[in-house]
Amino acid sequence: MKFSVYRYNPETDSEPYMQAFDIEARQGMMLRDALMAIQEQDESFTFRHSCGEGVCGSDGVNVNGSNKLACITPLSELKETVEVRPFPGRPVIRDLVVDMSQFYAQYKQVDPWLIRKEPLPEQEILQSPEERDKLDGLYECIMCGCCSTSCPSFWWNPDKFLGPQALLSACRFLADSRDQASEERLNSLEGPYKLFRCHTIMNCVEACPKGLNPTKAIGHIKAIMLKDAI
Amino acid sequence: MALEKQRFDTLILGAGGAGLNAALQLANANLKVAVVSKVFPTRSHTVAAQGGVNAALANVLPDNWHWHMFDTVKGSDYLGDQDAIEYMCREAIPTVYELEHNGVPFSRLDNGKIYQRAFGGQSQNFGGDQAARTCAAADRTGHAILHTLYQQNIRAKTHFFDEYFAADLIQDQEGIILGALVLDIATGKPLLIEAKTTLLATGGCGQVFRTTSNAHINTGDGKAMILRAGLPLMDMEFFQFHPTGIAGKGMLITEGVRGEGGYLINKDGERFMEKYAPNAKDLASRDVVARSIVTEVREGRGCGPEADHVMLKVNHLDEAVIAKRLPGIRESSKIFAGVDPVKDPIPVFPTAHYVMGGIPTDRFGRVMPTSDDDGDHLPGLYAAGECACASVHGANRLGGNSLLDILVFGRLAGKNIIDYVKDNPSHRPLDEANVEWAMGRLGRWDTKGEGITVSDLRKEFRKTMEDHAGVFRVEDMMQEGVEKVRAIREKLADVRLTDHSSTFNTNRTEALELENMIDVGLSIATSALHRKESRGAHSRPDYPKRDDAKWMKHTLYWQEGDKLEYKGVRSQPLTVESFPPKERVY
Repeated sequence: MKFSVYRYNPETDSEPYMQAFDIEARQGMMLRDALMAIQEQDESFTFRHSCGEGVCGSDGVNVNGSNKLACITPLSELKETVEVRPFPGRPVIRDLVVDMSQFYAQYKQVDPWLIRKEPLPEQEILQSPEERDKLDGLYECIMCGCCSTSCPSFWWNPDKFLGPQALLSACRFLADSRDQASEERLNSLEGPYKLFRCHTIMNCVEACPKGLNPTKAIGHIKAIMLKDAI
Repeated sequence: MALEKQRFDTLILGAGGAGLNAALQLANANLKVAVVSKVFPTRSHTVAAQGGVNAALANVLPDNWHWHMFDTVKGSDYLGDQDAIEYMCREAIPTVYELEHNGVPFSRLDNGKIYQRAFGGQSQNFGGDQAARTCAAADRTGHAILHTLYQQNIRAKTHFFDEYFAADLIQDQEGIILGALVLDIATGKPLLIEAKTTLLATGGCGQVFRTTSNAHINTGDGKAMILRAGLPLMDMEFFQFHPTGIAGKGMLITEGVRGEGGYLINKDGERFMEKYAPNAKDLASRDVVARSIVTEVREGRGCGPEADHVMLKVNHLDEAVIAKRLPGIRESSKIFAGVDPVKDPIPVFPTAHYVMGGIPTDRFGRVMPTSDDDGDHLPGLYAAGECACASVHGANRLGGNSLLDILVFGRLAGKNIIDYVKDNPSHRPLDEANVEWAMGRLGRWDTKGEGITVSDLRKEFRKTMEDHAGVFRVEDMMQEGVEKVRAIREKLADVRLTDHSSTFNTNRTEALELENMIDVGLSIATSALHRKESRGAHSRPDYPKRDDAKWMKHTLYWQEGDKLEYKGVRSQPLTVESFPPKERVY
């Protein structure tokens, strides 16, 4: 199977280039397996990966124009020549490795932790199954970055627009019946950029390897704000 | 260029559940804490834990910590230290509540309490009916816990060194650990972190085997650092093969599948666990189920064209149960086995999963450097989680006790470190010679020229471990394994990198990981060869019985001269009576 892979080493390359590789594809092989096979041919080829089963979120890459998690992308689903590039819109450190610090900074901006104001009970804080169901589709995020780095609003304003991942996380805490900081959370999202730069382009939904829907979460936050305003 | 140095009260190596739960205690107490992780924290392998964490909350069925303790002691095949086990089972309850308070999105029961499921080796009333002790967030419990702990650490402003690779511990002439030499992966620059206390929380080493549920990062780095610092590893022969990895691939299918009612069948459709464990059946202890599967396959009752696996049947369960309780498993089965478990059974075979052995600690998480039963700990050095051996798992770990171990002992180590730093407020002087030694080890990889590649030697090594230290172990096979791994260790000197650049050089980090894996692999092979009995996960057809008179003791392995010593099991609990060894049947 033929691959064309983005290469850039700041120590030796004045600019990035695409390099061709040929890999023997086997039944059931994932893109990550192919990238590892490429690495065996050329040890200087660099990408992040770890769990190999779609839960650690390390190996997000851009393949044939879409952001995907390499370890759960079967080669059988990819058109030849497979073009593998780093996430768009992020500074490249080397080859497929990008600098994700802006993405993590946006996550931290939404205070992504449970906030309780009342004293804690001795046992668990009670939550009904129905209340807990509201977290489904939100808590499963693995922070791979496939969504935010496929979002045009995030490309243009990564410092001002929080991006789909951070907003999905904000929604995860707004939706949690145990959290007691909804008002502060909503207030902090006001203004033209942080939340409202989302133009429902929905690239994030397409890109999410876990089948989550950040656009819906963003819409949900907007709806709560509207309801509170009235 | 001078080596950059930074100073902290505490250095934590590893950002999985143990490291993060320790860091949280320390940051909340306003200590200056550095967490070094070779991956961004939420990529740590705790994230992959599926089924849940054990605590006798009694939310579903009657339960108490004493029953949990009994099951854990029995599960350990009586090699676990009962003081540490009592402590863990008691602390499980407040630990899980604290997690919940921190935000973990546990699944819920109708009364609003945390959902608990049945898991292997659990009983009510000291060996009676099945218990339901495993607190779960669907089948993504590790993910839910790791992300919550990371979130709380952001709140507490813990200082993270993300994507820094810890190369070696730095020690002085007295053997006191002064911190570690770490490498910034992005720039390739070394950094010396000096600390008053160091906690190793570097996780497991499943990558030493070819087929494993473990991530690429699980290369036993902390364990190998300990060996190179002249300290021992304990009970490394005890390696758990999880019964249900996806056949031929190794990805984990949680025991929770069987806890929810799934069961194993052979090519004749026979529910074979009834033969091997008439009472607990598919929820017998993991070592028992793994051996049963391998036996079925060896005796010709395996499934598939190669008759090399068995099937995990789930399709008799309600689709709604699978969707609600096992969504991640359904997803993984579809992706990696091409099977929707709602319709068809999942092909499974044992996969290298968890190492019971590790850095010996007492029940306070303090590292114990000798085989002396009354020996003292090494001041200022701690270990917790899968890299450590407290020893709460003994010869076989129960499902749901791994998340528990990392959380309880991570938290405890954190609390003890706070006290230690109060009593020992200053840094000790650096030993420059030791720093030079560690820098020299890094520098070795700058050698250019022709040689063996990292990936070739890694393949040879992992295959050797799989062939010679797997589920069933006999003398000749293991002797050959030890010799082969020693030869592989010699070959390390001939490994050369083709990539010598500084920026994000994974060729270099993988070479450092390979060194670590080989050091750890040899501790496994050597310890296994010398234990002439069958106990828990260490199964020897040539010595099929457990031999308490000779072997109810912990193995200690030192790298220098591949030396072994032994140390007594701590059979005396803290407040209750000891559980004396009995025949272990399920």
